[in-house]
Amino acid sequence: MKIKYYIYFFLCFINILSSQEIIKGKIVYKDNRETIALDGASVYWQGTSEGTITDVLGDFKLKISNKTNNLIISFLGFKTDTLEIVSIKKFVHFLIEDLSNNLDEVSVVERKKSAKLSFTKTQNTILVDANELLKAACCNLSESFETNPSIDVNFSDALTGTKQINMLGLKSPYILISEENIPMVRGASQAYGLTFTPGTWVESIQISKGTGSVVNGFESIAGQINTELKKPFTDTPFFLNLFGSKNGRLELNIQLNKKITKKWSTGLFIHSNQRNQKIDKNVDGFLDAPLSNQINILNRFQYTDPVKGLVIFYNWRFLNDKKQTGEITFDPDMNKNSTMIWGSEIDTQRFDTALKFGYVFPELPYKSFGLQTAYSTHDQKAYYGLRNFNIFHESFYSNLLYNSIFNNTTNKFKSGLNFSLDRYVENIDNQDFSRTDKNLGVFLEWSHDDLEKLSWTAGLRVDFNNNIGTFLTPRLHLRYTYDEKTIIRLSSGSGRKAANIFAENQSLFGSNRRIYIEKGSNPFYGLLPERAWNYGISLSRSLKLFNKNSNLIFDYYTTQFSNQVVVDVETQGRVLFYNLNGNSSAKSLQVTFDIDLTSRLLFKSAYKNDIVFIDYKSGNKQKQLVPKNRIFANLSWNSIKNIKNQQWLYDITIHHLGSQRLVENYTTPNGSNSPSYSIINTQLTRLLSETSEIYIGIENFGNYTQSIPIISSDQPFNTNFDSSQIWAPVFGRMIYGGFRYKI
Amino acid sequence: MKRLIYIIFLTITPILCAQNNSKQEKTSFKVSGNCEMCKMRIEKAALSVKGVKYAKWNIPENQLTLVYNSKKLELIEIHNSIAQSGHDTSEIKAPLEIYNHLPICCLYIRDEKNKAPLK
Repeated sequence: MKIKYYIYFFLCFINILSSQEIIKGKIVYKDNRETIALDGASVYWQGTSEGTITDVLGDFKLKISNKTNNLIISFLGFKTDTLEIVSIKKFVHFLIEDLSNNLDEVSVVERKKSAKLSFTKTQNTILVDANELLKAACCNLSESFETNPSIDVNFSDALTGTKQINMLGLKSPYILISEENIPMVRGASQAYGLTFTPGTWVESIQISKGTGSVVNGFESIAGQINTELKKPFTDTPFFLNLFGSKNGRLELNIQLNKKITKKWSTGLFIHSNQRNQKIDKNVDGFLDAPLSNQINILNRFQYTDPVKGLVIFYNWRFLNDKKQTGEITFDPDMNKNSTMIWGSEIDTQRFDTALKFGYVFPELPYKSFGLQTAYSTHDQKAYYGLRNFNIFHESFYSNLLYNSIFNNTTNKFKSGLNFSLDRYVENIDNQDFSRTDKNLGVFLEWSHDDLEKLSWTAGLRVDFNNNIGTFLTPRLHLRYTYDEKTIIRLSSGSGRKAANIFAENQSLFGSNRRIYIEKGSNPFYGLLPERAWNYGISLSRSLKLFNKNSNLIFDYYTTQFSNQVVVDVETQGRVLFYNLNGNSSAKSLQVTFDIDLTSRLLFKSAYKNDIVFIDYKSGNKQKQLVPKNRIFANLSWNSIKNIKNQQWLYDITIHHLGSQRLVENYTTPNGSNSPSYSIINTQLTRLLSETSEIYIGIENFGNYTQSIPIISSDQPFNTNFDSSQIWAPVFGRMIYGGFRYKI
Repeated sequence: MKRLIYIIFLTITPILCAQNNSKQEKTSFKVSGNCEMCKMRIEKAALSVKGVKYAKWNIPENQLTLVYNSKKLELIEIHNSIAQSGHDTSEIKAPLEIYNHLPICCLYIRDEKNKAPLK
């Protein structure tokens, strides 16, 4: 009897102890400024069955869980929220109504990572959302990859300050860059196209390594980058961003969205940036960054009818971009084409319009039609010293797509027709290189998913091209889930591309190298179209290290060119373009490790090894200016959001670049190697309220610069002059700050 | 001519293959579950029934949307298959021993009312 009594007493005691570990809260929502309690909202600890339901007054009590401190609050018709509970103070939480009405969308109840490898997609795809883009406040698409190890960001030259991206050791022309699945940065816009999409317009970016899908064309070789812009239907009604930096760059973004009717909404996005300070910190007589001025306007209309399954998008967009660079004393009105003072102006006008139409059969949600059409003109007029380069590119693109299934949704297919027309009027120093490319493509892509272990996507495309001929493009992606934590992905496929040698290598115009083209009878400047095969393997494994979530990913991709247009600057004073004779391959290894040190402190790191060897006329060599080794590390931290929605966010990134091979110049006749160096970027953001936030950051904290960015800058009309051999930043430490406001 | 053959082969053939004159019916009902793993299990169980064309389960609402060929199967067969995978449906309750073997994250809160467990 006595023993029993003691046990009772003990149980009571435990009860008292644990009863202290109870959180209390109230779940409410705002309806026209009135606060209304939510009766029957479910509140539970993430990943457990421990939960409860709120009472009539919206109140709930719940025992603290020892498994997690992420509390999930959900209620039908509202957005599901995840709260991190750190104290047992009573709190009031507001749920927001979910107006998207899209029952197909699965709301993710996991704490969201802003950049993550997709576990469910067959392709090796990294999704980058708008939160990740905020980590590098600046400014346009070319700068949005600084916190992402899969894409390398390099300066293309010492004059225009343009950043260029590399993937798998290959330059951006080998990446298919699309905007809402319509190829965008291609042809004439290859050099500066990435700077024409402001970062604040971007909703998300999908980066796929390897050849990608046949649906979007045959041009992708190293990978695909697709950007989704903000949609007027779901975006905030008003957004303002002001940015200023110490190197004299000012940016303004205004974004307005309005629902016209229940189904129609429209958005007007206005972006402007300029730099009008002349800065020459390295005292070489040349501007460190160009004087520039850009106006960029996008107007889009969205029609959404979820009942009928109809979605329509119509966009038009206008861009005017002016850059002036060269010697500090250069005045374009006085000194244009003079042999005394070297200067350059690049003026671009671009007009884009696109109409997209999507229809999902309401009774058969797996069956849909899509039609995309786009038309653009890109008009660039430029001179670089005494060299004149003008290019006009008119492009029409259309893609008709049909999605359906074989038997059931474990076997889906996409098939369609694709027509594009590109007219180039290009001339360099009055030599004409105009041409027209017409392409009709037909494709079929079959995706199988057994919903457990194996999924694959096999695609085949046949293209009829007036300049390339008829050819096949096969592509295969495979994903195998070895166990719950380990995923293996394989990919292989081919890609082709016409090299627009001048547009892609415009940075070489900032030199006095003479241009030689080994012409054959082929339509692309006398050169053959480029062709390559890409094979890749990727292993990803999620681990528990010291009871913390972490991921380890190995990627190995190899690209083998059967033809390439080799850009040979191995000889001083010359640039040679010729068809590959021999081997050219890019082998890229990437090991990524990330760990959630605490739930608010995340660490990402990566090691990359790029072996890019090309058979030049002078022998088989690592491609110039491609570092063999790179190390990347990023730490990001955020404080807990308080009741007033205030929060701190902090981010620091280190890039370490190994030695790069440099070609010969008059001071080093046998070529040389650059030293290895590191760059640190950091940013601090303060959310002031639900509507406004400020940020401040430093780029290139360690103030590392290339001491002589321009070869022979004192004699810019001498054959030795070259501003394209850039291996480190031209600009040193740079402080920036900005303000964002949204309603 | 060659073009036409390719176009027919890659676009029209699969479309024709995918068509058959079956009676497609769309429906939805409640299936209990918690997470992404549940989603995979539920959808797989539904699609494993011959004649089911489409199955999508939504986590927050616990709602399964289906398209199936009503000539080939009775709806209850789908309920049955899902219950056998460990998830309660609006019609059939999963056997306790299968429920107990679900991974911890999938142990949803069971609605104890009405339904008799499947024998």
